[in-house]
This record gives sequence, structure tokens and C-alpha cells, in this order.
Amino acid sequence: MSLLQSLRPGGRHGVPSTESRDPIGYLVAGLNRLAQSDLLDRVGLRRPAEQAVFTATRSGFKTITAASRTFSAAGTKDQQGVRVAPARTKGVFDLTPTEDEQMLVDVVRELAEEVVRPAAAKADEACLAPEAVLAASLEVGLPLLGVPEALGGISEERSAMAGTLVAEALAHGDMGLAVAALAPGSVATALGLWGTDAQQQTYLPAFTGTDVPAAALALNEPTVLFDVLEPATTATRTADGFVLDGVKSLVPQGAQAELFVVGASLEGRPVLFLVESSTPGLRVEADPGMGVRAASLTRLTLSGAAVPADAVLGDTDGTAYLECVRLSRLAWCALAVGTGQAVLDYVTPYVKERHAFGEPIAHRQSVAFMVANIAIELQAMRLVTYKAASRAAAGKDFAREVALARKLCADKGMQIGLDGVQLLGGHGFVKEHPVERWYRDLRAVGVMEGSVLV
Amino acid sequence: MPINLDDPKKFRPLVGQAHQVAMNMLRPISRKYDRAEHEYPHELDMLAAMIDGLAESGASEGAGAAGVRREETEADASVKNGTNLASVMSIAEMCWGDVGLLLSMPRQGLGNSAIASVADEEQQQRFAGVWAGMAITEPGVGSDSANIKTTATLDGDHYVLNGEKIYVTSGDRADHIVVWATLDRSLGRAAIKSFVVPKGTPGMRVDRLEHKLGIRASDTATIIFEDCRVPAENLLGSPDVDTKQGFAGAMATFDNTRPLVAAMAVGCARASLDLTRDLLAQAGVAVDYDRPAQNQSAAASRLLQMEADWEAAYLLMLQAAWLADNRQPNSLEASMAKAKAGRVGSDITLGCVELAGSVGYSESELLEKWARDSKILDIFEGTQQIQQLIVARRVLGLSSAELK
Repeated sequence: MSLLQSLRPGGRHGVPSTESRDPIGYLVAGLNRLAQSDLLDRVGLRRPAEQAVFTATRSGFKTITAASRTFSAAGTKDQQGVRVAPARTKGVFDLTPTEDEQMLVDVVRELAEEVVRPAAAKADEACLAPEAVLAASLEVGLPLLGVPEALGGISEERSAMAGTLVAEALAHGDMGLAVAALAPGSVATALGLWGTDAQQQTYLPAFTGTDVPAAALALNEPTVLFDVLEPATTATRTADGFVLDGVKSLVPQGAQAELFVVGASLEGRPVLFLVESSTPGLRVEADPGMGVRAASLTRLTLSGAAVPADAVLGDTDGTAYLECVRLSRLAWCALAVGTGQAVLDYVTPYVKERHAFGEPIAHRQSVAFMVANIAIELQAMRLVTYKAASRAAAGKDFAREVALARKLCADKGMQIGLDGVQLLGGHGFVKEHPVERWYRDLRAVGVMEGSVLV
Repeated sequence: MPINLDDPKKFRPLVGQAHQVAMNMLRPISRKYDRAEHEYPHELDMLAAMIDGLAESGASEGAGAAGVRREETEADASVKNGTNLASVMSIAEMCWGDVGLLLSMPRQGLGNSAIASVADEEQQQRFAGVWAGMAITEPGVGSDSANIKTTATLDGDHYVLNGEKIYVTSGDRADHIVVWATLDRSLGRAAIKSFVVPKGTPGMRVDRLEHKLGIRASDTATIIFEDCRVPAENLLGSPDVDTKQGFAGAMATFDNTRPLVAAMAVGCARASLDLTRDLLAQAGVAVDYDRPAQNQSAAASRLLQMEADWEAAYLLMLQAAWLADNRQPNSLEASMAKAKAGRVGSDITLGCVELAGSVGYSESELLEKWARDSKILDIFEGTQQIQQLIVARRVLGLSSAELK
């Protein structure tokens, strides 16, 4: 490749492919390449400070996936696994959680406040969830939430509502850590919802035991205008199973995960596949984004990854896949509500303590109304999300409700993130305060597909 | 019982009934009375008789304004879906038909809500069956209703009212007017009381009717009180001036009426959404709830956004009513509901006109009318800004002296 060609600006660094350089542009680009050359280092011209180490940049690590434990096959193939019943409702409008739900939420709230929030800033920077936080979330029993009681979990009926309340409470601590903590449980819940007897017997014991594996729901793909219902990742039938090819993006904890649920197109329909991390043909690389960084987001590449015939989770007509997409969007709405509440709880005392022009800024309508609007839209997001969740738990169709919740949580959630930073002014822009992190995290809500579900 | 935000099952018949009335009685005369402003919609007398009959038979919970009172006597702790939920849901349904006509419904005025909310038992009985308008606003007093200048002076066993009230909904048609007046301006808001004034009381006259942007089927009157003598027993609630309680007594009415206005905005906006969805479907545009909004047409994406905002307002409205049904404080939630419903009401009706193009703008459809009707719902019973002020003070824990 000639120097000139390699200097072509478009298609990289966020530069549109239509851009062209004038002579000064070429000069600047050349200087920049020189600045990047390690020649400078060899002759000792670069200040040590310029040798920034980005532990989590894309070239930071590239690895094969974690070696998975041996999930010893058990149970009967082709036999439907255990299914929990839908929640019973008497048709009474009611916003009160059940006693069990309230107890669960109280415990998770405490975890969020005492363990998750204090660890959030460092985890965001390191793109890594601390072991202690994940261990504490396991202690609370998060992975058991969506697993049927008969299989060692705690779910007696559909857990979408409880899962929503838990995700909200956990995200009040931190969205990124919440995603890391909820990812294994999401896979366990998926197994509870759609697994065959064999799949449940094979994988769920690991999730209900003491050494819970990292696991992730990989639906997203790195394309613009990505439509999750039409994944570019393909599954091809072979004599003894399927071969998967494609790239999944923003997969939480991909490097640690021992089990993936991968979305792929099989004969034109989207289908979920269980893929163990030791499967040959998998490669994982760091894929950090603007936020949700504590979830150690990765890109998972599948090249000729062969999986057995019983790796299909659910059906092959797209039904389970569609429900999975909806439940995942619901989880992201819950995460947005929790994070939005964190913003409101943070800015409320701040604007009352911060003085300008001789009085607290909260005494000014322009400031106070911004806080009022955060409160109004947040409560609206919560109610619309709860409606979708309660319908999901009751086994009713919730396609419309979850679509409305996602739209509202993406739009208003982002607005809350924006206003949170704005209310703190310059202080909001620096990392001394968490509002800039919530701003980055809340952008995820309209973008994310998969990763977690309730 | 699990969390459930679906419409209460027990009100399905009520809502269905209101929907049929809205569709078959209000819609056919909707445009007629939008054009014939100030003409009395006599069709409504028949409807009012029907609603009264249904209420007598126990088959209905009324068209809304009848009951927003908290049942203090019930002792059991089970979750209630009661009068307040029934009211907001049936009002929303009627306003899906026509907001102006709902406001003109005999015996369902905002004054009736005030009576139902603050009158004592004896007054409840004495004013049963009246049609009461509500007179608060004055030429120099809008949102700061604590500052009203109409006076009530005790003279023997009568109060003498003096002052000018504007924007009295159904002020000409109603047979009674609930008037806010101050017993002593120097005592501030605590001295503001409400009085029920029967039509025809000497010293009270309707000065003029307004010509308006929307809700033209509803008459909006200016009423002048000149040495108007009202029996002392027509003062609603307690005549004592309790400076500690302050304005709370009179303002309590608003906690009950704000969810009703939110319901009006929700109903009107749904009329626009329903028609626009249908018109767009005929033009080949439908929302796919499972596809990302950005992968759909701009029209579908906008419709999805409006429907999401609508759902938000609807659920905030239900929440405020549900809290009242279960005897929990709801002043914050009532204001949230009205703020959200008021603003998305206009955004939706205006957005639907835009999506429908000249079909939406022309009088050949009702979309342009709904876009005019909806605006008042972000103004009366407390403007958008007043609701934000209330929410902000509550959330921030600030007094009205701190956050002005």
C-alpha cells in the first residue's frame, strides 16, 4: 500500500468516506503518522506521558474465548424442559409489588448502594467488574431469579416483573456492573424459558451451584441500522448439527464467558443457539463503548463454529428469538429507570446545595423545572416499563408495550442523562461526579439488543 | 396480587359504554357545535338523562365529574379500583368523542367536582342533582389563584359577593356556580372560601361569552357579582379562617380535578392517534413494534414516539386516580399526570395534523379541531408551568417562598 493510499482519510477515525484532503491536510496527516511512529521513542523524543496505556482499546487484547468447564450432558433431548406458569392476575390495577418482590428489591437495593455504587467509577475505567461485586451478586442469588424452582432456582411463576424490579434496583448502583452481574442470570433465565430437558439438565446445575459461570446473550452486530430480527450471522445445517459464522458486538464479559446464547439466521429465520466457549472457531476481542464499560463488552467472532444439533435454544421458527429480543429490551428499560433514578437522586441535593447569585440554584425555575421534568419523565418510564413487565409475567402479549417502553426509555432516559450533566455544569463534565458516567450509560438503552433479559 | 397496569377489568363495561356514547352521540355533532359556538347542544339533555338513569340503576359510575371524593369509611386494606379510576377512564373515553361536549355535559361540571370534594354531608344532599360551573379566574388573576380579589362579606346570615370572574366553563348553562372569594384579603390564601351561588340570584349576571381557539361547544362566560347575597350555609366546608391550614382546603379540589383534566388530554390525543394510525395504514404505513424505530419510515417512527408519550400520560393518569382510590396522597402524582398529559396532548394532536398533511389541516377531518381543543388542557386547572412548579417544590422539598 502506497503512502498516499494509506493517507486517504475516509472510512476510518469517524471520517465519512466522501472526505478528501487538501495539501495541508496531507501534511498534517503525515505529521500525525510521524508522531505515531516508535522512531520517536527509539531516539527518546517522546515524553513518557505520551505513552498512554489503554488497557482496553481494541488492540489491547485479542484472544480465544475462555476455556469452558465441561458441561456434562444430561437429561432427555427433544423433551420440553420445565416451564413455570404465568403470574396470576385478577384484573385489578395495582402498583404494589408482592411481598416476595419487595423483599428481593430491598436486598438488591442494599447491594447496589453498599457494594455496586462504590465500585462503579473504577470498574468503568478498568472495563472490568471486580470479583467482589460479582461474588456479592451471586450471594444474593441473582442467577436463580428466572430459574424454575424444580431446577434449583427460585422462580415459581414467570419472573419478568421481579426481574425488572431487580434490574432497576441494581442499576441504581451502576448500569455497567448491573449488566455484568445480570448477564449469567439472563442466560439461565433463557434456559428456563426455552430449554429442553437436556439443555436444562446440562447447563442449569452450573448456574444454581456455587461456581456460577460467566455467560452472555449475544444478539447485537456491528452494522449500522442493525435490525436484530435479521442477523447477518448465519447458521448452516450440517450432518451432525450447525455451523455458525458471523460477528456479534457489545457482548458482556465475552472473554470470561463459558456459555453464549448466540442469535443467528437459520434458513431465513432468527434462531438462538447455545454455544460453549470452548467451541473451536470462536474469537473474542475487547469492544468497549462509550458507557456500560464495567460489563467488559466484547466482540465475538464465529468462524465456522460447529455446534451439535441440540444447540438450538427454543424453536427454529423465530418465536423464542422474538420473545428473547422483547425480554431483553424490557431489561434495558429497567436498567434505564434505575439509572435515571440515580440521576434524580444525585441532582436533587446538589442543586439545593450549590449556590449562585446568593441563593441555591434550586430556587431558580430554569433549574427546578429541569428537575421536575426528570421526575415526571422518570415516573412515566417506570410505569410504561412495569406495564410491559407485568404483561410479560402474566403471559400476555407485550409486543406493543415493550416497544413503547423502549422508545420512551431511550428518548427520555437520554434526556435525563443530558440534564443530569447540565444541572452540574462544569462539575457534571468531570469524573469527580458520576453524572457523566450515567450520561454515557443511558445512551446504551436505544442501542442495545440482547446482553441481558428479564 | 401481582403488579398489574392493564385497565381494571371491572370497568370494561363502563368504558365500553362511554366509548359507544362518544362514538354514536358526540362524534356526529362534534363539528356542528364547533361551528355553532355558543349554541346550546340540546342533544346532551337526552344523554344526561341517560347517564343519570344509568347511575340510578347502579350500572354506571357516572360520566366522571360526579365523584372524586375519598371514601373515609371503608376499613378493609385490599387494593381498590374505585370511583377515581372509573372517572378518569370514562372521561378519557368521552373526550375521545369530544372535549367541548364533555365539558358541556349537564350536571358534570367542575363545580360538581368541587362540591363532591369539599362539601359536607348536608350540602352534598342539598346540592344533589345541580349543574355547577366553577368560577376562580379573574381578569388580573390567572395562575396565582391565592391572589383573587372577589370578596365575600358576612352580613347577617348571608355572604355578600363582589367581583368579576372570567373563563367560567358552562357559566351560562349551569344552574349553579361555585365561586372562589376571600373573606379577608389581609389574611391571604387561608381566607379564600368557595360559595355555591344558584343561577338567578340577584346581583349575579353573565356579562359575555368568549370566542375561543377550541372547545367551542363549551360556553365560557364572564360573570359579574354586584352585592350578590348568598345564604351563609352555601359556603363549602368550614367558614373558619385557619392560617395554619392555609390554602390547602381550597387547593384540595385541584388534587381531584387535575387527573380529570389529564384524562381529557389523554382522550383527545387518542382520538387523533387512532385516526392518524388508520389514515397512515391506508397510505401503506404501519408501525412494526418489533423493529427499531430508526429502521422504519419517519412517519411510523413519529407515530411510535407519540404513542409512547401517550401511554406515559395515560399511566400517570391512572396512577394518580389509583392513589386517590386507595386513600394515598396524590398531589405530586396528579400534577405529574396533568403536566405530562397536557404537553403530550398538544404534541400529539399537532403531530397528527402534520402527519396527515392537508387532510389533517382541513375541516373535512376532525384532526385540526382536536389540535385546537387540546391546547386548553395544558392551561386550565393549572398551567404546564404551575404543574412543574408543584412537582419541583415537592421533589426538591422547597417552599413557595424559596421556589417562586
